[in-house]
Order: sequence, then C-alpha cells, then structure tokens
Amino acid sequence: MSGVSSTIRPERGMATGALARLGQVAVLPVGVALRLLDPPMRWMQRMIGARRMAYVFLLPNFVFFGLFVFLPIGINVVFSVTGGTALFPSQRPYVGGDQFAYLFDCGSYLDPSSCREDHFWRGVANTAKFVVFQVTAMVLLSLVTALVLNMKIRGRGFFRAVYFFPVLLSPVVVALIWKWILQRDGLLNAAITTLGGQKILFFVDPGWAMFWAVFVSVWAHMGFYTLILLAGLQAIPADLYEAAEMDATPRWRVLLRITLPLLWPNMIVVIVLALIKGAQTFDEVFVLTGGGPGTATLMVVQYIYETAFSSQVQNFGLAAAASVVLGVVLFVLTLLQFAAARRKEV
Amino acid sequence: MRAATPVIASFTLSLLAATAFGGPAAAETTTLRMTWYSDGNEGEVMADLLKRFHEQNKDIEIVLDQVPFKAINETLPVQLASGQGPDMARVVDMGGLSRFALDMRPFLKDPGYWETNFGPFLEWMRPAGDTKSIPGFMTQLTVTGPFVNKTLFEQAGVAMPGEKSTWEDWAKAAKQVADKVQAPFPLALDRSGHRFYALAVSQGTQVFGANGEPDVVDGGFKRAAQLVYDWHKSGVMSKELWGSVSGTAYRGANDEFKNAQVVMYLSGSWQISQFAKTVGDAFDWVAVPNPCGLGGCSSMPGGAGLVAFKTTQHPKEVARVMDYLASEPVLAEFYSRSLFVPGHLGLAKKGLDYPTASPEAAAALKVFTASAAQISPIAYRIQGYSNSRIVLNAVISRLGQAVSGETTLEDAYKRITADVAQQIAERNKK
Repeated sequence: MSGVSSTIRPERGMATGALARLGQVAVLPVGVALRLLDPPMRWMQRMIGARRMAYVFLLPNFVFFGLFVFLPIGINVVFSVTGGTALFPSQRPYVGGDQFAYLFDCGSYLDPSSCREDHFWRGVANTAKFVVFQVTAMVLLSLVTALVLNMKIRGRGFFRAVYFFPVLLSPVVVALIWKWILQRDGLLNAAITTLGGQKILFFVDPGWAMFWAVFVSVWAHMGFYTLILLAGLQAIPADLYEAAEMDATPRWRVLLRITLPLLWPNMIVVIVLALIKGAQTFDEVFVLTGGGPGTATLMVVQYIYETAFSSQVQNFGLAAAASVVLGVVLFVLTLLQFAAARRKEV
Repeated sequence: MRAATPVIASFTLSLLAATAFGGPAAAETTTLRMTWYSDGNEGEVMADLLKRFHEQNKDIEIVLDQVPFKAINETLPVQLASGQGPDMARVVDMGGLSRFALDMRPFLKDPGYWETNFGPFLEWMRPAGDTKSIPGFMTQLTVTGPFVNKTLFEQAGVAMPGEKSTWEDWAKAAKQVADKVQAPFPLALDRSGHRFYALAVSQGTQVFGANGEPDVVDGGFKRAAQLVYDWHKSGVMSKELWGSVSGTAYRGANDEFKNAQVVMYLSGSWQISQFAKTVGDAFDWVAVPNPCGLGGCSSMPGGAGLVAFKTTQHPKEVARVMDYLASEPVLAEFYSRSLFVPGHLGLAKKGLDYPTASPEAAAALKVFTASAAQISPIAYRIQGYSNSRIVLNAVISRLGQAVSGETTLEDAYKRITADVAQQIAERNKK
C-alpha cells in the first residue's frame, strides 16, 4: 500500500508544483502593480490618516453607484415632476405633483375602473396578485426542493444542476419556450387532444393567463432561491441533528424546531429578493401574455414601459411618476422585511 | 538591432504613405445611416439599390440598419429626440415624426419633380401648418383590404359574396365556411387601429368634429365597434387577436392565414409579397374589395415613407441619396420587385409591371390598386392627421378591453374620448 502511495505522490507533487509556478507567473503583473501602488498609498495614508483610507477604497464603488444607480434615480425624480414630451429635462415644463395627482385620482383604489389612469391601477392590482402567488409558491417550492436536494439521494449533483439550469436562460427565451408549449397548437394542447380532451386557449382566459405567468416565473427562478436555501441548510451544524436523533425526536419536530429557525436568515433573503423581483416582473410576462387578455396580466413595469415608449405621445413624466411610486413601495416593503428579520433574530 | 532596423523603417514608410494617400481619400467618404424595417423582401431590394448607388457615387457610403417594426415606432423617436438618430429612416408614423424631418428643398436637384409625383403624400410628412417642405417620399402606398382563403370556401361549398357585399354578408359566409371546415378563425382583423378604421370608415365615422378636433366616438364608430364586439361574442372573430394582449400591442394573423386557419383576413397590400412567397401552392388565396357599410366601401390608405432627418450632419449627401432613390426608374424597380402599390403619381398613372409576381399576387395587386381609387376623403384625413396614432392606439387599447370582457363598450367609448384628450393635451404642453 505504501509502495503504491510512494509512486503516486511524486507525480501529484510535480503537477502541484507546476500549477503553483503557473499561478505565480499569472499573478506576477498584479504583484508588480500592487508594489507600484504602494508608495502613493502610503503617502496618501500619511496625509489623510488611516481611518479616512477606508473612504478612498470605497470611492470607486461610490462613483460606480453614483453614476449608474443614484444619478438615474435622480433624473427619474426630475422627470416625474415635469410634463410634455421633450426628452431633455431642461426643455420640460415643471408641473410639480401633477403627474402623481393624475395617477392617484381615483374614486376607489380598490376599483381600478374608477381611476382616471385605470391601467396603472390595474397594473398595481395584477402585480400585487402576481407577487402574492409567485412569492408564496417560490418560497414553498424552493424550500421543499432544497430539503430534498440536501438529503443523501442518488444523482444529487445532477438534480441540483437540473433545477438551476433555467436560471441561466434569458427570460425572453423562457417565455418563448413556454409560449410555444401553451399556444393553441402548442405541445400541451397537442397532449390534451391526444388524450381526448378539448383544446384550451390559455392566453384568452384571464385565470389561466395569470396562472401560467406565475408558473413560468417560478419555474425559471426557483433554482436560484433553492441554491440560497441549500447553502443555508448545509450551514446548520450536524451535531444538532445528531442530538435530535439520539433523543428520538420526530422528523417534523426537527424541521420545525431546528431546520426552519436556523434557516430563517436565508428565508428572509429569499422572501425579500423574490418580492422585489416579483414586483419588477416585466420581460417574461410581457413576452408570454403581452399583458392580456384585456389587462389581466398587465404589470406595473409594463405600464411604465408602454406609457414611456410605446404610445405616440411618449409620456416620460407619467411613467417616471409611476416608477417613483413603485420604487417607494419596494423600499418600504424591504425595510419591513428586514425589520421582521431583526425582530426574529433578537 | 540590425534585424529590427528594416522593420521599423518599413513601418514608418507605410504610416507616411497611409497618411499621404489613404488619409484624404478616407476623409472624403461620407457615411450615412438609414434605418429600415421590412414586411417582405423590400429590405433586400433596398440593399441592392444602395449598393448600386455606392458604385456610382464612391464618396457616399450608406449603412442600412434593418430593425424590427416595433423599433421604428418606439426606439426611433427617442433616438431622434436625443439627436442621435439616423440620417434617414423608413417610417410609418410620418405625422408624429414630422417635427424631426428635414426640408430637403435647398439640396434637391429638382424639387418640382417631388411636388408633382409625391404631392398629396408630402402632406402626411409635414408638420401642421407647413405646406411647402419636402422631407421624403413614399416607399409604398398601402391599402387595407381582405384576403380570402378561396380553397376553404370551395371545400365548404359556400359561395363567396360578390363585389359591394356588406361586412355582415362576409362575416356570415366566413362563419359558415369555418364551421364546415373546422377553421378556428372565420374572420381575422389585425389588432391595429388602422385596420379597425377600414371598417369604421365604411360604417360612416367622421372622426373629426366641426371645430376640426378629434370627435372619435360618433355613430359610424359605434356601429363598427359594435360589429367587432358582437363578432367576438358570436365566434366570428377569435379573441386570440384583439382579446389576448393588452394596451397598444399589435397582433396580426399572418401566420394563421398562411397555415390555412383563417377564412377571411382583413390586413392590407403589404402582405402580398409575403403570402406569395410563403403560401405557395398550399391553397388558393385572393384579395377582395373592401366590404361595404352605411358609409360606403372605402378602405384605409397608409404606407411607409423614407424620410430624411434634420439632425443629419450631411444634408447635401442625404439629398443626393434621396434624389437617386426617388428617381422614376429606380423607384419603379423598387416597387416592382417588392410588389408594392406605387406611392409615385407618375408611376401609378403609367402602371407598373410586376414580372416576379405570381398569378395570385398580380391579381391581388390589381384589386388593391382599384381599391386605392375608391378611398374616401375622411380616410385620407385620418391618415394625414399628425395625432392619428393617439386616436388609433386609444381605440385598440380600449376596444381590446371590451372584447376581452373586462369593460363594457360604453366604458370603452368614454375611455377612448378621455385618452385622446389627455394625450393631445400632454403633447401640447410647452
């Protein structure tokens, strides 16, 4: 046995050595660059002090976020208080809160048809419905899948890859694939008629259209959330389960008393991310149902897109106001979620 | 070092030669961009013509950006507003984009030729109140009209209604055929405001009030809307077009027609080349005159124009390209190879040969050309109105909601009126 080991070890050692040398060569330019940066950094630290150096290191990120996140948010807010059809803010008349007043001009917020801008409120109602169903289904299915994939089952690696694969696809591709499956002469209707049933026009019935919008969204994104929960499950110390096993604790009790409480921080991440992504849903549903039938699957983001770009009067002001409203709602929801998580941790 | 010396010397010499000879020649070439969408083969034809132009005019190079139709309506206006648009583009919403159009008169060889041959259509491209500018020419004149699957009629043993038949006659016949041959779409109408107005004008809608402003919901409009609504209820029309998507989304039934699922399809002359190519011998199809109503038998005119934009840095070169493309022989070749109804009065008068057209396509072109002569003045007025897309989009969006069962027709009428008023007010904000 030792003889076998002795013949293998040197080969491994050679390979590792070669790899290490290759690595050293590859990182050589980085090392040189860091050495070159060293003197000016030391000089800067002497000038501004060690504590302020943290801000220097954060500066590139601040610049990136400022240019690509905060500046567009600011421009959006400026657009939301202006009117007309001009593109440049300097050419747009200031209208104050008129766009918001127009959006919120409703007889009853529970009845979109009583609102002046009914499409916005139909979008709000549909998005709320979509988020409730989608987030619930997403969290439950991701949890069950993660629990199953965390068990010692045959082909575990294969199944993990299978569940994650749809995440890698473009949302437009996902929607087109499902559209081909669900259309009048699609795969599903072919199966139904083969079994002796009648064709179902899924995109003409509001209930079916919303069901498939939720289903496709869950199918496409579940792998990502499953992965987060799986990481959480693997971080739970094994000795807790061993102790429970020694005490002959029933499995459901282990799930409720050990797994779920320790998985809660990951669950919060999943819920918050799913909520935000759900409220921002656009591309998949737009390609799949076009917002129809009628406005049954029209989401807020589609309303924003259509108001700003697809009508002849490109109403950037109204679209920007709707974006601000959506942004505020998402911000408040995120804060509430984090507050709930903190209370649970305490 | 001795080996490197000749390399450095030859590199330096090449650089000098490139600066001396290549530099000025490259600087003399002007590159223009043309944004283009296609319904059929017209993009290929235009690419051929531009190549030929470049061979004769080496100093001008044109990059043809072929984009989807949606990009013409949604992306191009933003590009133009930001000053980053192309030099020329093929557009449909000529009135809506007229504020960006270039008046080419100072640069054209013979503006009189343009006035004589494109006169009535130039009005569609001009901003309100402008009666003189020349921004472009029509790449095609379109006429709406129905295509009928003749084979399905024959298989069902139902006689096709004749000329001057009403919409109701055709709807009844199409339903009978569809029931007998199990076709899912008896009558299909593109989900487009423009197509809806082919029906509405024949029902007598006037669109504009006495003050010249839009007064969309009148008796003729209501008759047309009621027909569309009732046809969806009775199964003459499938909800898959008007009822399955929301807002202003366009949906056509081209694919369904090509797959012999549609008995009668109201679309227009721009489909001829596509159907001639894709249907082939699969079934016999014919174009028929627009059905009639209380307001007559008029169809809707339309079309696409190649328009130059004032943001161009090279107006003289743009005008040279436009002069070439709008010249009679070049335009005749373009219309003929693309199977388009000519938007050039001289060519329309002389008549065009379509040597590449199949017998079905040639017959359809004849029907659409005859329909063009019967278009009512109100139909031309809608087409030329600079806010026409506001009206057309409001109609699709709200009628679609009524068809899907989300609202009533009465609610749709109120919303159409409110939408049109609100959007025109927004556009007029300074």
